[in-house]
Amino acid sequence: MNTSSNTDSAHERLIRDLATDLIPVRRLQRPSVRAFSWLAIVATTAVALALIADLPALEHRLTATPDMWLAVTGSTATAILAAFAAFKLSLPDARRAWAFLPLPAALLWIVASGVGCLRAWFVPGTHVADLREARDCLIFIVGLSVPLSALLIKMLRRACPLQPGLTAAIAGLAAAAAAATLLNFFHPFDAAATDLAVHAFAVALVILANRAFSGRLLVANF
Amino acid sequence: MTKTVPDDTAAGVDRRRSAFMAAAQAGDGAAYQALLRECIPVVKSVARGRGVAADRIDDVVQDVLLTIHRARHTYDPSRSFTAWLCVIADRRAIDLLRRTRRQDVREVHAPLAFESHVDQAADPALGITHVDATGTVARALASLPMRQREAVQHLVLEERSLADAAALTRRTKGSLKVNLHRALKALRGKMEPGE
Repeated sequence: MNTSSNTDSAHERLIRDLATDLIPVRRLQRPSVRAFSWLAIVATTAVALALIADLPALEHRLTATPDMWLAVTGSTATAILAAFAAFKLSLPDARRAWAFLPLPAALLWIVASGVGCLRAWFVPGTHVADLREARDCLIFIVGLSVPLSALLIKMLRRACPLQPGLTAAIAGLAAAAAAATLLNFFHPFDAAATDLAVHAFAVALVILANRAFSGRLLVANF
Repeated sequence: MTKTVPDDTAAGVDRRRSAFMAAAQAGDGAAYQALLRECIPVVKSVARGRGVAADRIDDVVQDVLLTIHRARHTYDPSRSFTAWLCVIADRRAIDLLRRTRRQDVREVHAPLAFESHVDQAADPALGITHVDATGTVARALASLPMRQREAVQHLVLEERSLADAAALTRRTKGSLKVNLHRALKALRGKMEPGE
């Protein structure tokens, strides 16, 4: 009886503390609106990169090889859906199932890139990336993912994620997919097994790094 | 004159809670207190349903109250408050169960071994010294400035996290850390022999 009244008074004290001098709060925007803000910044980056990219060469590659269209569509859709899923997951009442939202787009991206590899094996004269070019891809994806992830995590910290690791991992997928999409501006060769492996490694690295480091940042906020 | 009849249906209760939370978001402390009090039985019921031990249910309640406070800007009043609360309570109950499980793996419950363990440093006079030391600490603590005392109270005596203490005191984590550091330094000075 005594213990019960002690805990009741502890709850009552906490409620009083929380409600005293309560500060009005600005309601958080909807996840779709917040995801759109981040995607608008990615789109602005794309426009800036397009100004210095060889657009006719990009157009030629995309029209000559339909699987590249599919791969670009897949990576773009993955970035959009993963960003939306990350903002959804950052809400305290979000269901874990939102993490599966970018999965179909990611599958399309992987399968289309795999088809590109097969073509590189069977079609003679295909320009396959050498080790130096593959390394450049890795640096581009990881290098661009860092600021995109940092911005996304800063925006996600405004909410209150109760699943910080999962939220950060999906944010990492969004940033890596966006970086891989933007890489197409400077990717004058067809996907080969080594190239695909490097892309997969870069994306996995970004996701794991986000889960390990950014997850802690989201916890620290909470 | 029309008499207002309280709507006690589940939908009516949920509408009232949503209205309370919308008012709390606008800074209405009285509505917030009423809402948080209403949350307690709901949280207890969710925690019990998750299988949280009876002696840990109040820990879940405190966790959920703090979570509601920090996450109140994420609530959309057009949606059900009770559903929002239940998901948070469920997640906090799972977090507590995980923490408890991790503790159980690390620690062994062996009351007989504990009772029969010989304490080499046991000193019959220690109890008297301890009581004396406790009094000295309490006096030294009472002499600290209010902000420093508050930092020691929340972070050391009540073992709250920095984030929890910051939310409760409405001060920044940096300010709490600085005040704790100063308080510990002052306490060390006051507790030095010869002081």
